[in-house]
Amino acid sequence: MNQQTSPRVNRREFVARLLASVPDALVVTGLGSAAYDVYAAGDRDGNYYLWGAMGGAAPLGLGLALAQPDKPVVVITGDGEQLMGIGSLATIGAKQPRNLTIVVLDNGHFGETGMQRSHASLGTDLVAVAKGFGIAQAFSVDSLTGCDELTRRVQIRHGVTFAQVFIEADEPPRVLPPRDGPFIKNRFRSALGLTPF
Amino acid sequence: MSQPSVSTSAWQDAIFNVFKKGNVRQIAYVPDAGHSQVIRRAIADPDIEDIVLTTEEEGVALASGAWLGGQRAVLLMQSSGVGNCVNMFSLLQSADIPFFTLVTMRGEYAEFNPWQGPMGRATQAVLELMGIHVLRVSTPEEAEEIVSAGFDAAFEAGDKVAVLLGQKLIGRKKWERK
Repeated sequence: MNQQTSPRVNRREFVARLLASVPDALVVTGLGSAAYDVYAAGDRDGNYYLWGAMGGAAPLGLGLALAQPDKPVVVITGDGEQLMGIGSLATIGAKQPRNLTIVVLDNGHFGETGMQRSHASLGTDLVAVAKGFGIAQAFSVDSLTGCDELTRRVQIRHGVTFAQVFIEADEPPRVLPPRDGPFIKNRFRSALGLTPF
Repeated sequence: MSQPSVSTSAWQDAIFNVFKKGNVRQIAYVPDAGHSQVIRRAIADPDIEDIVLTTEEEGVALASGAWLGGQRAVLLMQSSGVGNCVNMFSLLQSADIPFFTLVTMRGEYAEFNPWQGPMGRATQAVLELMGIHVLRVSTPEEAEEIVSAGFDAAFEAGDKVAVLLGQKLIGRKKWERK
């Protein structure tokens, strides 16, 4: 169970530390706070921010990981967003992309909509779910030191990884990434050397 | 369910060949009998990733991720799956991502299962409401041409395209088990 009394890490510090250690990673964010955390850590051409399409971060990351097998792909999302697309973990478990890491920032709440409790604090064990879907490298992290092991796994690309990061249920200041979808898309593809059609 | 004879038909091979010639590298699907030959060939092809989905909207996001990473992906689904995709289709508009899906129709011709009716009859309108251009294949002879036309509109012009494969084309579903 995901109890508020258990150790937790500051979301901004964790995401900043993770991204600073994987400068070459392609990053996909779920909508809302996860996108703000990634943007707050520093905008990069290889960041793809979702502002909607709830439940789509992980399957979007899968398509990207299959298309770019030599690059680490990191999906950073929240527990609510991942829960909406929970079946995509089964799809990812079936494909086992070696270069895909899914990081779920879990505060056990829907932070964007008034901090209602989510399933992640009402009984769902996301690590057990991920393992049940065939993602063997699934574990939880509750400290900044745990970030370093996660970083190592992102870099070596030795199998799909799922990390549930227990974060404090606070609401740091919003820092908003660009909402211009075509701009983000074109910038991202351009960084990969892809040309317009 | 017994496999209908169409599963090995020439028009399904022609569709796969359009994808192959068009350098499709990812084929995502929730299966249907009308897609079975294309799915089999995708699984057998070492240059194509076949991705079975738990629900169709995953395929919309996956195809978008593939495009961001420089690959072409297509989504195969049944008409019922179009309803599952509705909000995820926003991604295609908001980020302006090329998209191609092939939809086998139910609920429109010699349908045995009344539960297929409501979504089957709403499929084209739902796609169009979400900004997706809809083409339809009604006869085996036109399958290759229309699929190819839709595919090119997606990946050469950046359009979002669905090609509906009519239920009459696919044939009556056999309900008795052998």
